[in-house]
Amino acid sequence: MFLYILKRVLATIPVMVIVAIFVFLLLRLTPGDPAAILAGDAATPAQLERIRDRLGLNDPLITQFFTWMGQLLRGDLGTSLLSNTSVSGMLADRLGPTINIAVMTIVISVALAVPMGVIAAWRHRTWVDFLVMSFSVLGFSVPVFVIGYILIQIFAIELRWVPVQGYADPSAGFGAFFSRAILPSLTLATIYIALIARMTRASMLEVLGEDYIRTARAKGVRENVVLFRHALRNAAVPILTIIGTGFALLISGVVVTESVFNIPGIGRLTVDAILARDYPVIQAMILLTAGIYVFVNLIVDVSYSFFDPRIRY
Amino acid sequence: MTEIPTSRHSAFQVLTGLFSLPVGARIGVGPMIAAVILVAIVLASIFAPWYVPYDPLAMDAMSRLKPPSEAHLLGTDPYGRDTFSRVMTGGRVSLLIGVGAAVVSVAVGLMIGLVAGFFRAADGVIMRIMDSLMAIPAILLAIALVALNGPSLSSVIIAITVPEVPRVVRLVRSVVLSAREEPYVEAAIALGSSMPKILIQHLMPNTFAPLIVQGTYICASAILIEAILSFLGAGVSTEIPTWGNIMAEGRTYFQIKPGLIFWPGFLLSLCILAINLLGDTARDLLDPRMKKREG
Repeated sequence: MFLYILKRVLATIPVMVIVAIFVFLLLRLTPGDPAAILAGDAATPAQLERIRDRLGLNDPLITQFFTWMGQLLRGDLGTSLLSNTSVSGMLADRLGPTINIAVMTIVISVALAVPMGVIAAWRHRTWVDFLVMSFSVLGFSVPVFVIGYILIQIFAIELRWVPVQGYADPSAGFGAFFSRAILPSLTLATIYIALIARMTRASMLEVLGEDYIRTARAKGVRENVVLFRHALRNAAVPILTIIGTGFALLISGVVVTESVFNIPGIGRLTVDAILARDYPVIQAMILLTAGIYVFVNLIVDVSYSFFDPRIRY
Repeated sequence: MTEIPTSRHSAFQVLTGLFSLPVGARIGVGPMIAAVILVAIVLASIFAPWYVPYDPLAMDAMSRLKPPSEAHLLGTDPYGRDTFSRVMTGGRVSLLIGVGAAVVSVAVGLMIGLVAGFFRAADGVIMRIMDSLMAIPAILLAIALVALNGPSLSSVIIAITVPEVPRVVRLVRSVVLSAREEPYVEAAIALGSSMPKILIQHLMPNTFAPLIVQGTYICASAILIEAILSFLGAGVSTEIPTWGNIMAEGRTYFQIKPGLIFWPGFLLSLCILAINLLGDTARDLLDPRMKKREG
């Protein structure tokens, strides 16, 4: 087990190194002068020189690469072109709201999607199944910000149950946090629920056809025990996998949702960086999110054996 | 062959059973409706310039943010431009981006995937690179690409394509890996067929069916990503209306005039829904194994 974990951790290193090389080359291999692209049309030669100097674009490519990698390994993600402060500091300041919303989203998604998928598989080919599948297809088709605005229109503007936008830290009271975080979390959760419910249903359908399920029912085990203890546990591995790979969707959704709801997290930071062409921030976000994605999927891989003891390493 | 509905079937399935056509395979009523909707949206978008009442770019300071009326079917935007004309014309570019991104990513992914599947030496390196690319969230990668290449139509298509390519490569590679063990491929190798001939004539046709399905999904997701990129301010420049940047411009006025987001959003969602449903249908027809699993 320990050896397996160690092997998996080591396997993430090449992935992250290639991501880093890719991000490095992205700016340097862009046709044209990267400094001119970042500075915009109205830039003076002095401004261009400042950007080149800041990003180290005057050095030979190989020197640039090792300087950059060295900084990365020390946790230095560069300096923002806009605010002149360190990017890692900016990210750290903005991480809190994003993590809170993301955790809430995952809790809501799993709590709703897994039972939805289980019931859809249990009542296969009935209106419940049809409803869950329709929701699932719909969830994939509506852009995340449109969902956000629909929720705002209904719950904030028409019903006035919650504020339209904004964010409050949980330290300011749970009620204040919850009323502002619930709509963004639901918005983000929609596509995630669609994804997980679909996979849960498919995986459960396969397991429910197995002999041991029939045996369990024949010996009179209660139906909910059959479903949740016998079947769901065996159906868990594909569900976990999709929760892990779906994390990329969640990260992309965060960027959009935070700007719809005006939440001061790393997603908003990214959008502001796009508008200002603050490339060091965009670059840092790519590295950070790729790192989170790789880490989450590492955890998912390792947790397989917890749900399915047949999987040994 | 039409199945006789039994008591185990739901009303929905009885309905789809009744409407299904014996055209080689059963296509339910859902996909039929989806096909009709999609064709309608595509035609309406292509022919938009000939029937929309206003120039989608013509500003009119006298009629800003007007509610829907006879003169303006869906009202006007903050610059006095006709929303109906803009939404219908916007579909052209959105669909073009969807189809363009699907074609380019399938073509590029097919080439890389064939090489990775056939040449063991290249496989390891290519797949490591693809795995790493897949670790970067598509939206962020696209944002970075647009930020660097400027907000032109081609750079948006490229930005959407790059994150999709690894998925196509994986698919093509897995098909090639299993196909190359087939006796006819071994026979072709033994007979001394040239490498390009084996790749193109024997291996490539195996990938077409799954690629059609994958292409439909990419088309749908490209339209969605275009909208998100525009919404974030990293899309096609606003002189060219797309569903995405009409919604992006409507953001500020959302509380006064939600129609600016809802109308293009509605058409876009309908379009993606239809494409996804057709993709599912194509997948079930081309790969019956999947249908069994999905039920």
